[in-house]
Amino acid sequence: MTLNEIKDILRANVLTKCDTNMHIERVYSADLMSDVLAFCEPESLLITALTNAQVIRTAEFANIKMIVFVQGKRPDRETVALSEEKKIPVLITNLSMFDACGRLYEKGLRSCPDAE
Amino acid sequence: MPVADYMRRDCEVVLMQNKCEKTAEGVFFLTGKDFSNAGVASSELKAILEKMGINHGIIRRAAIAAFEAEMNVIIYTPAGMMRYSITPDYLKIVVEDMGPGIEDIALAMTEGYSTAPHYIREMGFGSGMGLPNIKKNADEMKLSSTPGAGTTLEFIIKIKRE
Ligand SMILES: Nc1ncnc2c1ncn2[C@@H]1O[C@H](COP(=O)(O)OP(=O)(O)OP(=O)(O)O)[C@@H](O)[C@H]1O
Ligand SMILES: [Mg+2]
Repeated sequence: MTLNEIKDILRANVLTKCDTNMHIERVYSADLMSDVLAFCEPESLLITALTNAQVIRTAEFANIKMIVFVQGKRPDRETVALSEEKKIPVLITNLSMFDACGRLYEKGLRSCPDAE
Repeated sequence: MPVADYMRRDCEVVLMQNKCEKTAEGVFFLTGKDFSNAGVASSELKAILEKMGINHGIIRRAAIAAFEAEMNVIIYTPAGMMRYSITPDYLKIVVEDMGPGIEDIALAMTEGYSTAPHYIREMGFGSGMGLPNIKKNADEMKLSSTPGAGTTLEFIIKIKRE
């Protein structure tokens, strides 16, 4: 699924300059960064309600490709600047964590690691 | 052969040597509660490993382990340092701090055990997974501590497999 499709499905805004054709297959969602570092696979999309700079750092070290912030939460300017520097696109949506995950699941995205 | 050609050949040799440079060492100083710089040391370490052309999977393991160690120093101690040495065979990281130390190492190593205060949990840390994550990503790990004096964490990630 491309960034553009994710943006449409979540009615999200893209906060950083990025390649809208960037492709994602796996998703991990959590607000605990050590869980993300332990379980999220490289090249995935991270969905979280936390918006601090450590989320971007976590994405940087775990090779996460894209981040969606849910619940209408907006990262501050330094956090957006860091994600731009690390070339990790950041999207925000007003949807809840449950709805955001549910809609992407419905359209075919799956979790990492895959439980099935 | 014209002099200019010799010089060009010398340049090529030098470039090759730089490319083959497979050792490096250095140190980062870490300040407790300095959350705006949390991750900077691990990020710089990651950049060094990338420049040296090390395998992506190994860099990822090193970066995750270094970041967990860096966060622990920033969360639980007033100050510490992270030393790294990279050889063709392995990456070694030693993180020393002057914090309160750890009374029960085995307990601290248990998944889910955490003494992180509420505001740390709100930042996304304190799930008690950091030290187990480091152990999982490292090939060797040693954690030692003197309560009241500080903690030393040492880990090695092999770059070349035997
Ligand atoms: N450098 C340190 N100095 C003092 N205590 C430490 C240090 N590192 C870890 N600890 C203690 O060990 C516990 C477990 O550490 P660990 O990194 O596994 O989890 P955490 O930091 O609590 O949560 P997480 O790493 O998942 O965000 C900590 O809660 C803390 O009590
Ligand atoms: Mg920790």
